[in-house]
Amino acid sequence: MSADALVSQLKQGLDAPICLTWEITYACNLQCVHCLSSSGVRDPRELSTAQAKAVLDELRDLQVFYINIGGGEPMIRKDFFEILEHAEHNNIGVKFSTNGTYIDAENAKRLAEMNYLDVQISIDGTDAATNDAVRGAGSFAVALRAMNHLRDANFGPFKISVVVTRHNVDQLDQFKALADSYGAQLRITRLRPSGRGVDSWNELHPTQAQQRQIYNWLLAHGDNVLTGDSFFHLNALGESLPGLNMCGAGRVVCLIDPIGDVYACPFVIHDQFKAGSIFDEGGFTSVWRDSKLFLSLREPESAGACTSCGNYDSCQGGCMAAKFFTGLPLDGPDPECVLGHGEALLQSTRISLIPKPAMDHSRSVRLNAPTSVSVR
Amino acid sequence: MPVTLDSACELHPQVALRPEPFGALAYHYGNRKLIFLKHPDVVAVVRDLAQHATLADALIASGVHQDRWPSFVTAISALQSSEVVRVR
Repeated sequence: MSADALVSQLKQGLDAPICLTWEITYACNLQCVHCLSSSGVRDPRELSTAQAKAVLDELRDLQVFYINIGGGEPMIRKDFFEILEHAEHNNIGVKFSTNGTYIDAENAKRLAEMNYLDVQISIDGTDAATNDAVRGAGSFAVALRAMNHLRDANFGPFKISVVVTRHNVDQLDQFKALADSYGAQLRITRLRPSGRGVDSWNELHPTQAQQRQIYNWLLAHGDNVLTGDSFFHLNALGESLPGLNMCGAGRVVCLIDPIGDVYACPFVIHDQFKAGSIFDEGGFTSVWRDSKLFLSLREPESAGACTSCGNYDSCQGGCMAAKFFTGLPLDGPDPECVLGHGEALLQSTRISLIPKPAMDHSRSVRLNAPTSVSVR
Repeated sequence: MPVTLDSACELHPQVALRPEPFGALAYHYGNRKLIFLKHPDVVAVVRDLAQHATLADALIASGVHQDRWPSFVTAISALQSSEVVRVR
């Protein structure tokens, strides 16, 4: 079977996801401006420990070999290690994403003792100024401290995860050097206008010239860098980047959110992309196999406005989430279409038509008391 | 050791197979790599390797025509380098 034939098989969906993202809490100590899940405070409906373990049991029965655990900050949950251990006992490999706050010497040692476990520390700059502008004051130092603890505990090759923005794109070489210095693996992913990213995307997303810069960098380094296959919209620039050139939403991946709702992917927390809930009859398995949304995502997609473009086979029209949360039609160009077709459409999109994420768990902003000025 | 028709092979003990319409997904718990087995015949052969003295015996048992044996030696060799299969 050729690679293309495999991709067309994968597009028709599998009996179970290859991998899924499970966000176990909306609580987070940080308030990153691009947070894909608008995390901040815990949702009172979040799964109990028993419910969380039942999710893992079902995934084990489906032979889902590995999952990505995220949040919020997943380590905030008091039963975090209990959940990890339950996954380990059921042969489910886990990669979890963290800002590193709760990785002290003791926890690093505990993590290093586990099997089937990957840790992914998020940073968005190679210096505090660049990183903290997005992730909050002090967050760079905290992430480095966590990396030091993992190194000292001989965790092995952990991952460093970076969302590429307009402000850190020039640091790609430095990110790689930083990862190398820890014996870590670098992962870079695409910024989506999801969650709080709806508000920050305009100022953070890479420019057209920077898109090419990312593409060229990935051509040179892509074999040693993970991307979650998230940059396939860049393939219209020339030869294809490594990885599967397709959107996996509802076909090979999905999201289970902290309250058990199932979405097509982590970047589309919106009713339009909600397939169901793990509490529906038949559980997650039925949602994955029979939900109307997922079945429709496995139908051949229409190229829509991109039909006349010779590059559709390369870029696949880009990312569904990026289009949706910038108010663009799903069967048209990606907002970051490298040929500029998306940019032209964005100019004519009315702000009022841009969908808002279904849930917002951001902490309320405390405004400074207004300064009173008295005049005579 | 390169895989030949005379090799005694087996599925790597750290690998799990999950059947799929196109063949199977193989997941290696040690190196955490996911590999696509893109033909149901390859899956059948790989699954039963350990039960046969040689690769040739496994091919006969799975009813693979002799014309296709060279391509299976190539496929099993590739799976050996990705540690899905090992010589026992």
